[in-house]
Amino acid sequence: MTDSPRDHQLNDIPETTNDVALIRGLTESRSSRRGFLRAGVGAAGALGLAPLLSACGVAGTAASAKKSHEFDWDAWWQKQKPTDELVFANWPYYLDTSDHGKKHPSLDLFKKATGINVTYKEVIQNNAPFYAQISPVLQAGQPTGYDIIVITNGWQLTQLLENAWLVPLWMDKLPNFQKYASPSVKSPAYDPNSKYSVVWQSGFTGIGYNPKLTGREITSVDDLWDPKFSGHVGMMSDNTELGSLGLLKLGIKPSTSSKSDWDKAAKVLNQQKPLVRQYYDQSYITALQNGDIWISQAWSGDIYQANLKGYKDLKFVIPDQGVMYWHDNMMIPLKPKNALSALSWMNFYYTPKIAGIVADWVNYISPVPAAQDYIRDTLKDPTVANSPLVFPTKADYAKAHDYYTFKSYAEYTSWNNTFNPIIQS
Amino acid sequence: MAESGVIEPAPPASHLTTGRRLQRASTPYLLSLPSWVYLIVFFVVPLLSVLALAVATGNPEIGYSYTGHVSQFWTAVDTYHVQLVRSFWYGIASTVIALAIAYPVAYWIAFYGGRHKSTYLFLVLLPFFVSFIIRTLAWEFILSDQGLVLGHLKDWGLLSQNFHVLSTSWAVIWGLTYNSLPFYVLPLYVAIERIDRRVVRAANDLYADTPRAFMRVIFPLSAPGVFAGFLLVFVTNVGDYVNQQVLGGTGTYMIGSVIQDSFFTNQDYPMASALSAVLMLILVVAIFLYARTFGADSIQEYSA
Repeated sequence: MTDSPRDHQLNDIPETTNDVALIRGLTESRSSRRGFLRAGVGAAGALGLAPLLSACGVAGTAASAKKSHEFDWDAWWQKQKPTDELVFANWPYYLDTSDHGKKHPSLDLFKKATGINVTYKEVIQNNAPFYAQISPVLQAGQPTGYDIIVITNGWQLTQLLENAWLVPLWMDKLPNFQKYASPSVKSPAYDPNSKYSVVWQSGFTGIGYNPKLTGREITSVDDLWDPKFSGHVGMMSDNTELGSLGLLKLGIKPSTSSKSDWDKAAKVLNQQKPLVRQYYDQSYITALQNGDIWISQAWSGDIYQANLKGYKDLKFVIPDQGVMYWHDNMMIPLKPKNALSALSWMNFYYTPKIAGIVADWVNYISPVPAAQDYIRDTLKDPTVANSPLVFPTKADYAKAHDYYTFKSYAEYTSWNNTFNPIIQS
Repeated sequence: MAESGVIEPAPPASHLTTGRRLQRASTPYLLSLPSWVYLIVFFVVPLLSVLALAVATGNPEIGYSYTGHVSQFWTAVDTYHVQLVRSFWYGIASTVIALAIAYPVAYWIAFYGGRHKSTYLFLVLLPFFVSFIIRTLAWEFILSDQGLVLGHLKDWGLLSQNFHVLSTSWAVIWGLTYNSLPFYVLPLYVAIERIDRRVVRAANDLYADTPRAFMRVIFPLSAPGVFAGFLLVFVTNVGDYVNQQVLGGTGTYMIGSVIQDSFFTNQDYPMASALSAVLMLILVVAIFLYARTFGADSIQEYSA
C-alpha cells in the first residue's frame, strides 16, 4: 500500500505558518488518521497475535484496576527520588513557543528554576487514538515513557481512572494548585478532589456564527434549528459534543441525563439533520471562515484565534440554554520515571506567571484566574486579558455545564448507539 | 521434504544424484522462504486473528474472548449496509471517471509524448510531492461556496447563490477520482507504450479507420493496463475514509469511517473486525468475478 504520503504529513507543515487553528485542525484530523493506520498495525499485532496465543481474545482491563486500588501510594511517593528529567506529552500547538516553535519560554523558566530538563512531545492528536496507543502498554504493566499526559475529560479519561492506570497526585507537593486554581477546576465531577488530575486548559463548546450571513445575532441553541439557515448549519462529528447539545436544546442537564433523555435528544438532532451541512471535526472553523456555514457548534478558542487571524466577523456566543465546559487534564500514567519532576512542573504551572505565559499564547480558558492580571500588567496584552473567551465572567461560568460521566462501557455503548447513527448516516 | 535433503550431510555415493536433484529442486523454495515467512507473519496470522476477533464477544473491561459469535457478520452487514453499498458505488463511480480521464492522458503521452515522455509522466506524478491530506484540503478550499470557482460563477450569475458542491456525494467522488488518477495513468501508460506500432499500422493498411483501429486493436491490447489500474484504484477507493471526512456532508458516510469509529470511538473491536472482514470478502469476490469476466489471462500477460 502506498501510505507514504500520509506518513509524512507532520513534516509537511511549513514552520513559518502561524495559522494556529488551521494547523491544529490539520494535525488533529490528519494525525488521528495516521494514528489510525498505526493503531491498525498495532491492532494486527496486539489484537492479532494475542488471540492466537490466548484462545482468540483480547484481555480485559478490569483485573489490573483491583490490584492498583490496594496499593500503598503514600509509601510509593516517599520512595521516589528527584530526577532532573521530565517527559511531557501534549497536543500540538498547546504550549507557548518562541523562535519559530523551537523554544518554549515556560519550559526554559522551569529549567532555570528547578534544573529539570523537559522533553516536550506533541504526540497527542486526539484522545481515542492516543488512548489506543498507550492502553496496551499500560495493560502489560510497562511504562509508557511519558511522565505527564494531557487528556480531555471523557470516556478515555474515565477508563484511565477505572483501570487505575494513573498515579494519584501527592497534593502536599502542589501548594500552588491549592492557592491559585480556579474553583471551577478543583474537584471536577469526573475526578473528585482532583485526586489524579489537574487541569491544563479548558474551553467552552458553544455556538460560533457570522452575523453578516445569519443576518441577526444568535442567542439560543434553537437558532441551530432555524430553517432559514438550511444547508449552512455546522455540527460536530464528536458524538459527545453532538449529543450534549441535543440535551441542552431540550433544557436537560447533560451531567445528570438518562437514557430516555438521550433518545429524545437524538430525535431532535435527527429532525435537525436536513438543515445540517456537515458533521465536522475541527475543520468547522475553516467552513465558518469560508462562509460555507453561517452558524455552527464551536470551541471558544478557535473563534478567538480566527478573530486574531483577521476573520473579525466571526462571533462566539454562550447560548441561553448553556454551554459545555470541557477540560484537558495533566495526569501521571503508571510507572513514571520522573514522578517528582512531574509534580514540580504541575506546581510550577499553577502560578499566575507561567499559566499567564501559556494562556497568552494558547488562548483557551486558563485554570488560573490570577493569570489575567499577569497578562494585563506584565505581558501588556489587554486583548487576551480582557477577552471573556480566555477569562470568562461569573455569568459565563454560571451557564457552564459538565458532560455526562459514563459509569460503564455499557453506558458508553448506549450513548454511542444513540448518537452515532445521526453522524454516520 | 525438500529442505531436509539439503541439511542432510554427505549422502551416500549411490544416492548422490538423487540428493543433487533434491537440492536443485528445493532451491527455489528455499529462496522464497523469506517471502513465505513474511506473508504468514504479516498477512495470514493477522487475517486469521481479525476473523477470530470478529466472532468474539465481550467489552474492553472484561476483555473480548472467542465465542464463535458468527452472527456478528450479519449484524455488521445489517447495521451498516447503507454505508457498504455507498462505498462500492463511490468506488465504482470514481474508478470509471478516473479511467475516462486517465486513458486519453496515458494514450497521448505514450503515442505523442516523444522524447518528453518522462517529463509528462513526472508532471502526472507531481501532486504526490504534496501530502495526500493537503491536496484533499486544497479541494475543500477550491470548491468552497464562495471560493475560487463557485464564487466567481455565482458573481457572474451562472449559478444560484445556494448552489454548493462541497458536502455532496459528487465532491467525495471527485476527491476519490482526483487522488487516484496517477495510479490509473501509470499502468495504462505502461500497457499502451508496449503496443507495437506496426500492429496499428497493419490495422490501417487493412482499411480500419482510426476509431476502428482503436476499438479493435489499441484498446484490447491496452486491456491489461485498464484491468490493473481498475483494481488498484477501485480497491483503494472503496476503503477510503479521508475524502469523505473532508469533502463529504451528511449522507456521504463511507465504510472506512465506520470501521474507524467502531475501533476508536466505540472500542467495539469485534464489530470493526467483522466489518473489515466483510469488506475484504466482498472485494475479493468482486475482483474474482471481474477477473473471470474481463480475463485473468490479460493480467498474467501483463505481469509476464
